[in-house]
Amino acid sequence: MAVIPGPSGVPVSRRLGKIALHVALIAGGLAMLFPFVWMLLTSFKGAHQMINAPLDWLPNPWRAQNYPDAFGALPFAQAYWNSFYIAVLNVLLTLSTSAMAAYAFARIRFRGSGLLFGLFLATQMVPAQVTVVPLYLMLAELGWIDSHLALIVPGFVNPFAVFLLRQFIRAVPIELEEAARLDGANRWTIFWRVVLPNVRPGMGALGIIVFLASWNSFFFPLIFLNSPELATVPLLVSQFADQRGATDYGLTLAASAISVIPMMIAFLIGQRRILNSMAMSGLGGR
Amino acid sequence: MGVVTPARPTAKARPARAATRVRHRDGWWAALFLAPQVIGLLAFLVFPLGFAVVLAFMKWDGLGEKSWVGFDNFAAQLSDPDFGTAVWNTVKLAFLTVPVGLALALLIALALNQVKGKTFYRVVYFLPVVTSSVAVAVMWQIILASGDYGVLNRTVYDWFGITLPNWLEDPGWVIVSIAVVTIWSSLGLNVVIFLAGLQTIPPALMEAARIDGAGPIRVFRSVTLPMISPTVFFSTVVAVISSFQAFDQIYVLVNPDHNDGARTIVYQIYDLGFQNFEFGMSSAAALILLVLTLLVTLVQFGVQKRFVHYDS
Repeated sequence: MAVIPGPSGVPVSRRLGKIALHVALIAGGLAMLFPFVWMLLTSFKGAHQMINAPLDWLPNPWRAQNYPDAFGALPFAQAYWNSFYIAVLNVLLTLSTSAMAAYAFARIRFRGSGLLFGLFLATQMVPAQVTVVPLYLMLAELGWIDSHLALIVPGFVNPFAVFLLRQFIRAVPIELEEAARLDGANRWTIFWRVVLPNVRPGMGALGIIVFLASWNSFFFPLIFLNSPELATVPLLVSQFADQRGATDYGLTLAASAISVIPMMIAFLIGQRRILNSMAMSGLGGR
Repeated sequence: MGVVTPARPTAKARPARAATRVRHRDGWWAALFLAPQVIGLLAFLVFPLGFAVVLAFMKWDGLGEKSWVGFDNFAAQLSDPDFGTAVWNTVKLAFLTVPVGLALALLIALALNQVKGKTFYRVVYFLPVVTSSVAVAVMWQIILASGDYGVLNRTVYDWFGITLPNWLEDPGWVIVSIAVVTIWSSLGLNVVIFLAGLQTIPPALMEAARIDGAGPIRVFRSVTLPMISPTVFFSTVVAVISSFQAFDQIYVLVNPDHNDGARTIVYQIYDLGFQNFEFGMSSAAALILLVLTLLVTLVQFGVQKRFVHYDS
């Protein structure tokens, strides 16, 4: 094969191949970003600008007023607080109880361990919609419908979190645990003092994943909540889209943008750990 | 079980009786550690599942009298044209979303595996995954809508004079539109997973194949694909299950109340349960969905033996 070496010693054909790959990846990336960009651009447009012909690509003038208008039209500040504190409680309850269960599955030998773990994983196959009617009736019995308790309490059951944390805990050197045991530490002390500090990065990533899932969840809030002052952010955005959608897209898109931006920031901060945890979950934890 | 397994080499040094005692106490520790999740699972998943099975054989609106109706709910659903539409749409959505979505993700992961700047691309492709499904639906509405508001149809008309279909209302296109939005929003997750899978392939293996004279396509078919087949299989199972459960995008993007083209089984469950308050009927539809999910997953596990390669 006649290979023409390029300036850096890499064959020209391979460098051209790399450039072609980058071009394709950037084109794909633009397709991924376009809806976000279009959302932001539209969120600064006035109502009349949506119907101008020819199409106005850029807002003219830029109507930043859409943001305060959208924020004031529905109780967004309240919804932000609701979504935030529900998500925080979800993270705390999920992480603490899942880490405990994950420790038992990773490090304690007991009869039926494998079977129980298999059952945990199997429950992931049950669609949420299959249990939602009975769950609704149960929560109604408890008086928790139209209350945040309906989102906080059942939300901590999370086999996915148990699975992921079990993988993290198995990676902690067993020698650390044995050393603590020789010093007379019991299981709880070992879990609390030895294991947890060593899985902190994994817990952090999982925490963000759980926070995002809680913040973005729509199906359960839609069914369990009625009062406007209890609404979470996605619920409010969907109501906004329903009411204003066709008449004032600028406002609707501003509402949508303010619901997305905090999550974007959280993701960008933790992206490396989040992406690695997601990858790990997909590989079955290898 | 007096045999000391190699899984815990340190236990070897300990006298057998002490080991048994530790194990005995370990049972209590395991129960303590597992209690919150297991109790939660029983209360909020296993019990409701059992309750759903009971409800499916009852007629009940949540307030009035309950009565046993045997298999009537199932019979009513299976002969209801709405339910037929829902099953067809659910299956159609899965067939559109899963193969295209996974093939695209694999292509992108293969490309990413060859280039620098993986971090940047991973983040870009992953952004939709962390975006709420409601925001995703609102964003796509102003792309796909017909008339003045949809940028796609307007631009194509302005530039080429071609009138494109009404993506979100034409019953023939609604599921395709939902599939496009679903693929867009879940692509990044599969890219990240596949890329990680590709990175576990030992470079020596690819090198050996190349030295043996295998071209890029042959290397892909004989080395890459078998090596990542467990990952592809796992992602396929997850993608099918989540496609069967898709609700949020559909609810916000096209309200299936006004558009039967977008009615899926999950929407049928919601409609029967929370708009018509036919809890028994809704539970019957839900159980049919569960059985369908289990069947499809079992078939996948059966088929995988012929295609998926596991290291021994």
